[in-house]
Amino acid sequence: MQKQAIFQSKLLPYALVAPQLAIVLIFFYWPALQAVIQSFLLQDAFGLSSTFVWFENYIELFKDAAYFEAIVRTFFFSFAIAVSSLSFALLLAVMADKPLRGSMLYRTLLIWPYAVAPPVVGVLWIFMLHPSLGVLSRYLRNMGIDWNPLLNGDQAAALIILAAAWKQISYNFLFFLAGLQAIPKSVFEAAAIDGARPMRRFWTVTFPLLSPTIFFLLVVNIVYAFFDTFGIIDTMTRGGPGTSTVTLVYKVYSDGLLGGNLGSSAAQSVILMVMVIVLTGIQFRFVERKVTY
Amino acid sequence: MALRHFGAAAAVAIAVGMTTSPAMAVTEIQWWHAMTGANNDVIVKLATDFNASQTDYKVIPTYKGNYPDTMNAGIAAFRAGNAPHIMQVFEVGTATMMAATGAVKPVYKLMADAGEKFDPKIYLPAITGYYSTSKGEMLSFPFNSSSTVMWVNLDELKKANVEIPKTWPETFEAAKKLKAAGHDTCGFSGSWVTWVNLEQLSAWHNVPLASKANGLDGFDTVLEFNGPLQVKHLETLVELQKTKTYDYAGRTNTGEGRFTSGECPIYLTSSAFFGNVKAQAKFNFTAVPMPYYPDAKGAPQNSIIGGASLWVMGGKSAEEYKGVAKFLTFLSDTDRQVYIHKASGYLPITKAAYAKAKEEGFYKDQPYLETPLLELTNKEPTENSRGLRLGNMVQLRDVWSEEIEQALAGKKTAKQALDAAVERGNTMLRQFEKTAVK
Repeated sequence: MQKQAIFQSKLLPYALVAPQLAIVLIFFYWPALQAVIQSFLLQDAFGLSSTFVWFENYIELFKDAAYFEAIVRTFFFSFAIAVSSLSFALLLAVMADKPLRGSMLYRTLLIWPYAVAPPVVGVLWIFMLHPSLGVLSRYLRNMGIDWNPLLNGDQAAALIILAAAWKQISYNFLFFLAGLQAIPKSVFEAAAIDGARPMRRFWTVTFPLLSPTIFFLLVVNIVYAFFDTFGIIDTMTRGGPGTSTVTLVYKVYSDGLLGGNLGSSAAQSVILMVMVIVLTGIQFRFVERKVTY
Repeated sequence: MALRHFGAAAAVAIAVGMTTSPAMAVTEIQWWHAMTGANNDVIVKLATDFNASQTDYKVIPTYKGNYPDTMNAGIAAFRAGNAPHIMQVFEVGTATMMAATGAVKPVYKLMADAGEKFDPKIYLPAITGYYSTSKGEMLSFPFNSSSTVMWVNLDELKKANVEIPKTWPETFEAAKKLKAAGHDTCGFSGSWVTWVNLEQLSAWHNVPLASKANGLDGFDTVLEFNGPLQVKHLETLVELQKTKTYDYAGRTNTGEGRFTSGECPIYLTSSAFFGNVKAQAKFNFTAVPMPYYPDAKGAPQNSIIGGASLWVMGGKSAEEYKGVAKFLTFLSDTDRQVYIHKASGYLPITKAAYAKAKEEGFYKDQPYLETPLLELTNKEPTENSRGLRLGNMVQLRDVWSEEIEQALAGKKTAKQALDAAVERGNTMLRQFEKTAVK
């Protein structure tokens, strides 16, 4: 009864959601559809000639060993970035959660790096770790490490993981701090009275109670490592040395914009899109239902 | 109140519209480019001077980002149906542009259609050859050209008691001495690793980089740079990398600070590096021709160019093309070419402009500015040294760099790396051939 009183016209509700729908359709579904169509075509860069080739772009892709290497590499990077930035952020959050003098200041300062754009992060780390100009490289060399990410693939990968994880620490820190503050103090007090030491209190009380936050952040971090590390890779290594820092997203860019192979590039983005849909699906399913105290 | 303001604004808008409407008769010519800093000033000045010289056309230059960005912006604009009239495209984009029949208007055709006087013989063949068909028809108009030279830190060479090297063996010896004299992180190095060590090296020694005159004669070209000369060269670099007598400085030109900071006393890169060297180097410097292997027959041949050219996009009106043709004639003027040469450090494209700069004594105090011209005109270009035309060249260079990096890191031998670079490159060329308009 009430609802009908508010919307006398049947068209009004549709009119009200129309702008939002239009935005979603124009900016999300339309480009996604374009990518799907493009992935079935063989086309030159200017779009002058195009041939419908069914699944040829996908078949070529799965015949290419470099593509599987990129998949494995991307998963390794995502895992390394997520684990290192989550654990470091948790450590910082637990420390900042203590009643400290000026804790507001620490907290604010710790959030700052999140405001830095990925390519800028790349440039900052390049300055610090450039083989010949970097400040940190000099220390590394004095320690007897032959630091040269221009030629050493493992070092280049470490560099990307370090820079990408560093940038994400702030974001994770923010969520962890909020999560920690949401845990009632009485639970800790009860544990303390039962004789649990701080370490034990952390692993048996804090950590399980934080699990929804941890799981949410894990998904967010993996998605971040999949996509937003592009700016860092492009400014720092451009995929090199060799192909040791070519991730799936970088390959989409390199094959499409540098190589002019739009069909393959589109096929790769469609595969990426499927991966993200799966990740997001998992997040909704588990964050909403499974992870409970 | 608000309404009255609106009314006033509308009145002003109409008045402005009325005063500017006669100017609508002027044909606008959009020029997208990738030049920054001092070179951007040169572009703006050229457009302003052209606009002041006549009243029918107005050239509007727009900066669109770096070379790949500008090219992608142009391609995207073409797909959306509003391409600019003139687009500056770097030399490695040449094959992609020329494959796009219908998307571009070849310069020789443009000039003929517009009835503009045009003599391709007034231009330096070493420069226009890169942008012409094998029949000598000019496809795009060379704008900013450079070539690879060897930059030398004269003070450090003197300190180490080393002569300026002329050949590769001399360069390796010099680097060893420089390393012994304190340059223990870098005896010599260079930018654009594939441009210098594959593309220029091959042309300079008159060996093919690819079949079909390096791709100039057809898209069915096959890469051939895994020959003995290139393998030997890379083998030597790999050996010297172990001791940092040679130290790899990256795929692009980001390592150039290592020369101006004094770390690497010998550095091979573009002659267009001059502006930065002049501004930053606190030592005496010069630029000499690239080294060569004396046992290679006929070396040195001639070098090839780098830089960019102006492409005229297709699908515009005859009136607009007339304006573009007039602008290209304007750019070819001898005095104007001398001005561009002096202001930007890029090479003059006409024979007359080169002669005039020489006559004015421009190279007397700065002989290193003539070095790239001497290299380019060293000998009559051959099949192997006229230029390169390989599809998807930007990514090709990345793939070649990947393999060279593997060799320098000791993961592959020089021969294995170059074989793999050729094989992977050929796969990409076949992909390009499939999509290229026939």
